[in-house]
Amino acid sequence: MIHQVSCVNLPVDEQMRIQKVRTMPETSGPNTPRLCVVTGTHGDELEGQYVCYELTRRLREHPELLTGIVDIYPALNPLGIDSITRGVPGFDLDMNRVFPGNQDGALTEYAASEIVRDIEGADVCIDVHASNIFLREIPQVRVSEITAKKLIPYAKELNCDFIWVHASATVLQSTLAHTLNSRGVPTLVVEMGVGMRITREYGDQLLAGIFRLMHKLGAWQGEPPEVRKPIVSTDGRVAFLNAPTLGMFVPTAMHWERLHKGDKIGEIINPLTGEGVPIFSPVDGLLFTLREYPLVYEGSLLARMLATEEVAK
Amino acid sequence: MIRDTLFTLGSLYRDDLRVTGYRFGSGEKAACIVGAMRGNEVQQMYVASQLVRELRALEAQGRVVPGKEILVVPSVNHFSMNIGKRFWSLDNTDINRMFPGYDQSETTQRIAAKLFEHVSGYKLGMQFASFYMPGDFLPHVKMMDLGYQSAELGKQFGLPYVILRTPRPYDSTTLNYNWQVWETTAFSVYSTATDDIDERSARESVEAVLRFLDAQGVLNMGLMPQGEPSTVITEDHLPAVHAPASGVYRRFMHPGDRVRRGQVICEILHPLEGEVIERVKSPVDGRVFFAHHSPLVSERAVIYKIITED
Repeated sequence: MIHQVSCVNLPVDEQMRIQKVRTMPETSGPNTPRLCVVTGTHGDELEGQYVCYELTRRLREHPELLTGIVDIYPALNPLGIDSITRGVPGFDLDMNRVFPGNQDGALTEYAASEIVRDIEGADVCIDVHASNIFLREIPQVRVSEITAKKLIPYAKELNCDFIWVHASATVLQSTLAHTLNSRGVPTLVVEMGVGMRITREYGDQLLAGIFRLMHKLGAWQGEPPEVRKPIVSTDGRVAFLNAPTLGMFVPTAMHWERLHKGDKIGEIINPLTGEGVPIFSPVDGLLFTLREYPLVYEGSLLARMLATEEVAK
Repeated sequence: MIRDTLFTLGSLYRDDLRVTGYRFGSGEKAACIVGAMRGNEVQQMYVASQLVRELRALEAQGRVVPGKEILVVPSVNHFSMNIGKRFWSLDNTDINRMFPGYDQSETTQRIAAKLFEHVSGYKLGMQFASFYMPGDFLPHVKMMDLGYQSAELGKQFGLPYVILRTPRPYDSTTLNYNWQVWETTAFSVYSTATDDIDERSARESVEAVLRFLDAQGVLNMGLMPQGEPSTVITEDHLPAVHAPASGVYRRFMHPGDRVRRGQVICEILHPLEGEVIERVKSPVDGRVFFAHHSPLVSERAVIYKIITED
């Protein structure tokens, strides 16, 4: 059943509605586990759309196996998704920097507070992101250092290739994940694929993990899918490769390819001058982030690599 | 006056981004003023440019106190201003959410790092800032309340209000916040407009900065208008009036206007049928601090902020 989480009137004969679809077993009680899947916080990230669709479809296909409540929020930023706008159109606000929001606030802050209010009390929340239009990511779970101990056991169920335990930055305290984690809802941020595209393979990979996690929570009685064992790494093992010059980046290495230090990743070419600058791997490791959008300025992120020593563990 | 190109950034098909600084006087790094960091901050660039003009004349008159150096950076992100964008032209990131920056990271992080390298180390820092909501403000000085400085200092600008803001998590990456962390006493100076030029408030802002620099012993202005007596208030004490409905917005009051409780301060009209659907009344006696100015309004939008008289 589709529920309205938040509704605000826009200036001319339109409502901005944030909706969720709830799927639940025939009988439920106060101890029935509840899983939330949210996506579409950034309007240019669409990978979660397929996950939402396919999750609902599979749940409806086997209602007899469902023993928990599954709430799916496919578009936290509906205006952004409709207009290919990363932030909230009209204000250029990053929706993921206004949490926990404010009941007495303006449109975005109010919507954020309603989202939090609706999710609070869930057993687990999965927040699906899709990088941005510039970078392609292998399916990974990102958790902050302060939540790692609690979240890694859940993250390992999600069938992702990599769990990145990152430093806790003050600015990230305005995210949905931080808000929910601080209010007792274990919330896992999944990053996968690239902005403005849907990668079905990644969606199916994450879906296996979601059903596995649902089984663990007691929300799904179907056979739990086998999941891959993720690499768990901290910031210290992640190497960032930023553009040393401007131009168009043309990759030669494959995403998630194992590379040796000095292997060529790609080239930054200048179509005006005919010059090219080769880009080499700074470490032995796995290429887990690869630039998708060619135009680069000095500093644009080209790739992130996971050092091999960590892979060997 | 010494004009310096503080740093440049190349582009594949566009001209270089050149960030220019104007230095007045020499010696101790006394004060730094930064103008537009977003592409829509035309007023902020204009105010800074008028300050450059004034300081150039004052320096020629010997009014910069010997041993004091002032740096003005009128515009940082004119790459976006030139193409009508608010944030960075390629990836839409906000330079004023990247401080203190990192010179080995993404482009806007590098711009922030390069800028911060030049603007840090000053005793006083001022930024001509803007707000994300479409509206006009009463000119004021905002200080981030990190416990490092006294709000009394802000009164020396002679603007009617000094607003104290308790920092929120997303403030931690702004220039103002990082200036303070690195021991620069920092202020954000807000004039009335952002996208358009408002000459009167631009003049007020320039005079306020000159007055402050005079009070701080960086300039020797001689006779200078005193400005207004300032009141220090916290941001939490600015009650917001939210739009009770959406539609076409008809504004009656402007920043600085006094309002009485119950006075109609705006109307909201049905966007398709033209009828007045809401007459919004002031909830308090006070003075208008912020007034929404877009012709359209969404339900719940902040349309006024009113400083209560008590």
